[in-house]
Amino acid sequence: MLLIFDGPLPVTELLKEWYEAEHNKNYGAMVTFVGTIREEGGIEALSFDIYRPVLETWFESWRRRLADKGALLIMAHSQGDVPVHASSFACAIFSPKRRVALEMLDAFVEDFKANAPIWKYDVINGRRLYAADRSTPMAGSGLLSAKE
Amino acid sequence: MVTVEFLGPIGKAPLTLEAATLKEVAERLRQEPDVAPWLSQCAVAVNDKLVKSMDIPLKNGDRISLLPPVCGG
Repeated sequence: MLLIFDGPLPVTELLKEWYEAEHNKNYGAMVTFVGTIREEGGIEALSFDIYRPVLETWFESWRRRLADKGALLIMAHSQGDVPVHASSFACAIFSPKRRVALEMLDAFVEDFKANAPIWKYDVINGRRLYAADRSTPMAGSGLLSAKE
Repeated sequence: MVTVEFLGPIGKAPLTLEAATLKEVAERLRQEPDVAPWLSQCAVAVNDKLVKSMDIPLKNGDRISLLPPVCGG
């Protein structure tokens, strides 16, 4: 399940909802990750653009990869502005045993940072500035600059 | 005609152009001063599917998306 919210995530409600929906399905482990905006560099907020069609394809490949291991993947992300100390990213993996959930969470979040089509901006004095220095070219980037 | 859209921070309105291959799209985009510097860093999707080869025939109405460097979370 992939959820997109305008603005900050309702983290407490999401985690409660996910736990309550799955705890009786015989998963032995629930592992969660929540990303919260830190106060640094004079930012008021971070802001996000999402390209949903490609995000959905990317997420579906991960959902299937986890399903093959008997695990369930859920993710929520914000679009638009998310103020300092609010959260923009939350995910949970439920698996029969802990090892799959712990290991796959790390792999999933790393690939998320590298390949999920989401763009981050610092919001400073009401202006939105692309976080170019923290951004990573997606796999396969540069195709159109290669001269053949 | 195909449409080229520029996602996220590129901040450019979509272009409509005549192109039969991605190679022709690339040649045209290299001539756009506000797009050319992004090309080395952008992933490319055709009709929302990421592609890794220039040898992709295009047809009328296809939509090409340029995806600049990402940072979710």
